[in-house]
Amino acid sequence: MNSQPEYWNRLLDEIVKEEREIALMEVCGTHTMAIAKSGLRNLLPPNLKLLSGPGCPVCVTAQGDIDAVIELAGKPGVIMVTFGDMMRVPGTTSSLQEARSQGADVRVAYSPLDALAIAQRNPDKEVVFLGIGFETTAPAVAICADQARAQGLNNFSIFSLHKVVPPALEVIFSMPDMKIDGLICPGHVSIVIGLEPYEELVEKYHRPCVVTGFETQDILEGVYMLIKQIRQGEARAEIQYQRVVKNAGNPVAQQILEEVFQPADARWRGIGNIPGSGLEFRPEYECFDARKRFAIEDREDIPIKGCACGEVLTGKITPQDCALFGRACTPLKPIGPCMVSHEGACAAYYRYSPPTPSKKG
Amino acid sequence: MCLGVPGKVLEIKENGLALVDVDGNQMDVSIRLTPEVEINQYVLIHAGFAMEIMDEEAARETMRLLKELEEINEFATRVLEPSAG
Repeated sequence: MNSQPEYWNRLLDEIVKEEREIALMEVCGTHTMAIAKSGLRNLLPPNLKLLSGPGCPVCVTAQGDIDAVIELAGKPGVIMVTFGDMMRVPGTTSSLQEARSQGADVRVAYSPLDALAIAQRNPDKEVVFLGIGFETTAPAVAICADQARAQGLNNFSIFSLHKVVPPALEVIFSMPDMKIDGLICPGHVSIVIGLEPYEELVEKYHRPCVVTGFETQDILEGVYMLIKQIRQGEARAEIQYQRVVKNAGNPVAQQILEEVFQPADARWRGIGNIPGSGLEFRPEYECFDARKRFAIEDREDIPIKGCACGEVLTGKITPQDCALFGRACTPLKPIGPCMVSHEGACAAYYRYSPPTPSKKG
Repeated sequence: MCLGVPGKVLEIKENGLALVDVDGNQMDVSIRLTPEVEINQYVLIHAGFAMEIMDEEAARETMRLLKELEEINEFATRVLEPSAG
C-alpha cells in the first residue's frame, strides 16, 4: 500500500475535479466515523456528497427492542452482558446504564466469549448476551451458541437483535426520493459475506459498489474507484480493501451463520420492518434464544420527540440538520442512539466537524 | 460493529484459541473462523475472533498507520482545543 502524501494528493485531485452532482452513501457507521476523522468531507466540492447510511447496528435497533432489553436486564437473577456502546443508548424511559445504577446486573464485554465465561462462573444466574451487530459480529455469537450447546450450558442465552446488511441496501436503493449514485460498502461485514451480495445489487440497480477499508487512504481509493466507474458509465462490485476481503468472503463464517441462524423479519429504526433482514435462532438452537426463554413480547416503537435519527440513518438529512444536534442532544446527554454509538453519524459529526455558524456565539 | 485490529499469531492453543500479539498486548483470540491460520501470520480481529488472515505487509502497514493516527490523536488532545460545540 503506497502511503506517500503525493499519492493521496493525486487521488484527492482526481476526486475533487469531478463536476457532476454525485451522492455516495457510506453504508457503515465505522466509515462515517473514519470519514469524519479524516476531514475528507470538508475537502469535497459541494456537488460531491457523502451520505451516512444505516450501517450502525446500535443506531438501527428499534426503540421497542431497546425497551424490551432494558426490562429483561432488570429481572432478578439475570446478568445482562453487552457490548459497551449499548450502555448509554436511551430507551423510552431508561437505559442499561440507568438500570445498572438501580441494581440490575449489567456487564460490558469485548467479546461474546466473555459472556460464556460469565455463565460458567455463575451457574445460579441466567446470563443473557445482547447480540447486536451485523455479519461481522453474528458469526462470533453463533460460535458461542454452538460452544454453549457443546458444553451443555443451561443458564446461557442470547437476545438476538442481529441484522444483515444487503436487504437494507435494497431498501435504500428502492427509496423513491433517494438519489444514491454509488455505495461505499462496509469493509468488515464484507470479510464474511464477500462480493456476491453486492454483485446482485449492482445487477438490479446498476449503481457501483466498492468494498472499502477504514484508513484514510482506503477511503480515498474507494471514493476514487466509485467516481471512476460513474465517469465511465460503469456499474460493478469491486473490492478496494483487498488485503482482508476476499471475493468469496469467509466460507467458515457463512456456514456457522447458516447452521445457527435463520432469516427473520426485523424492525430498523428509520426504515421499519425489512423482511428477512434479521437473524433468529434455528429450532436446534432455540434453547439459547433469550426471547423464547423469557417469553419476550414484541414492543411498540415509541418515537422520541424531536429525534431525527431515522432520517440521519437513511441519508435524508445530515446530523447538523437535526434541530436537537449539539443543543438538547450531545454525547454527554444523548437523546437518540446516533449520538451514543461509537459508529453513530451524530457522534462522528459532533466530534470532528467544526460548529455550524448558527451555533457560534 | 466494524471495528477490527490486526494482530500477529504467536501460538496455536487448544479449544480453537490462539495467542495473538496486538500492538504489544498478548491476548487469546478464537480462530474458529480461520482454522487454517498458522503461527506468524497476521489476522484481523473483531470482538475476540480472528475474522480473516491478512497479507503480512498490509497488516504491518495498517498497524503503522494506526500508530501514526494514535500519535496524531494524542497530540490533538493534548495541544489543540476541541472544535465541536
